[in-house]
Amino acid sequence: MTLTLGHFLSIGAVLFALSVIGIFLNRKNLIVLLMAIELMLLAVNMNFVAFSHYLGDMHGQVFVFFILTVAAAESAIGLAILVLLFRNKNSISVDELNTLKG
Amino acid sequence: MDAKTGFFYLFSVVLLFAAFRVITARNPVHAVLYLMLAFSQAAAVWLLLQAEFLAITLVLVYLGAVMVLFLFVVMMLDIDVDSLRKGFWKHFPLAAVMGCVIALEMAGVLLGGFRLIDAPHTAAMTQAISQGAQYSNAQELGVLLYTRYLYPVEVAAVILLVAMLAAIALTLRQRKDSKFVDPSMQVRVKARDRFEMVKVPATRKAAAVDAAAATAQEKSA
Repeated sequence: MTLTLGHFLSIGAVLFALSVIGIFLNRKNLIVLLMAIELMLLAVNMNFVAFSHYLGDMHGQVFVFFILTVAAAESAIGLAILVLLFRNKNSISVDELNTLKG
Repeated sequence: MDAKTGFFYLFSVVLLFAAFRVITARNPVHAVLYLMLAFSQAAAVWLLLQAEFLAITLVLVYLGAVMVLFLFVVMMLDIDVDSLRKGFWKHFPLAAVMGCVIALEMAGVLLGGFRLIDAPHTAAMTQAISQGAQYSNAQELGVLLYTRYLYPVEVAAVILLVAMLAAIALTLRQRKDSKFVDPSMQVRVKARDRFEMVKVPATRKAAAVDAAAATAQEKSA
C-alpha cells in the first residue's frame, strides 16, 4: 500500500475539521481561537505541499512560502491586539468585546 | 506497507492527536506546547513530501519565532481559565457534527478523486530523479522566488515590515512615571538656558556673626 495524494489531502481535511471544532468549542478564549486559525493555515499548507509534490509543480511550494509570511504577520498583529485588549479590559474573553454594540 | 507509509501514519497520528489537544487543553500554555508538537509533525510530513526547504522553514519560523511569541504572550497574560471554560462543552454536539461533516465530505471526495495519482511523473521530477543527490529543493524554490516571483517576494517583505511596525505601534505606551530625555529639546537648547551667571562675593564680613556668637555666650554664662 503506497501513499497516494488522497492520504495527504485527508490528513489536511481532518486537521481543518479539528480546527473548526476548536473554534466552536473555544469561542470565549481568544488566544485558543488564534491557535485554531494557525492550525487551519497549516491544513491548507499541507494541501498545497501535497499537490505540489504529486503534480510535480514547484509553484505550490512558492505559494506556501507566501502563506507562511502572511500567517506570521497575522499572528504578530493578532497577539499585539490581544495584549492591548488585555491591558484595557483585564480579560481576553470574547464576551466582553461589546464596546462597539454591534 | 513500506517504511515511508509507516512513518506517514506515525506522523499523522501524532499530528492529529496534538491538534486535538490544542483545542481541548485546559491550560493555554499546554495548548501552545501541543501546537508546537503539531507543527513539528507537520514539518516531518512535509519532509516525506520532499519539501525540505519548507519543512525547515516551518520549524525555524513557526516553532522558533511565532510559537515562542505565543508562549510569551500566554505567559504574560493573567488568564482566568475557569470563566473562559464555562460552557465549554455546550456547543460540542453541533461542533462535532460540523467537524464530522467537513472531514467526511472532504475525505470522501479526496480519497475517491485522487487515489490514482501515486507518483509524480513530470519532466522536472524525472530530471530530479536522474540527477539523484544533486537535486536541491531549496535551489529550485530559490530560483523561482527570485525570478518569477520577485515582485511578490518584495510585497511579502513589505507586509512583514508593516506587521512589525503595527505590532510595535499597537503595544507601545507612554508610561507616566518614566523619565526620559526629549532629543529635540536637547538639540535646541542654548547655552544661556543651561548656564546662569550669579554674582557671589569672594569674601564676606564675618564680624556680625562673631558679635552674635559673643552675645549668645554671655547669655548662657
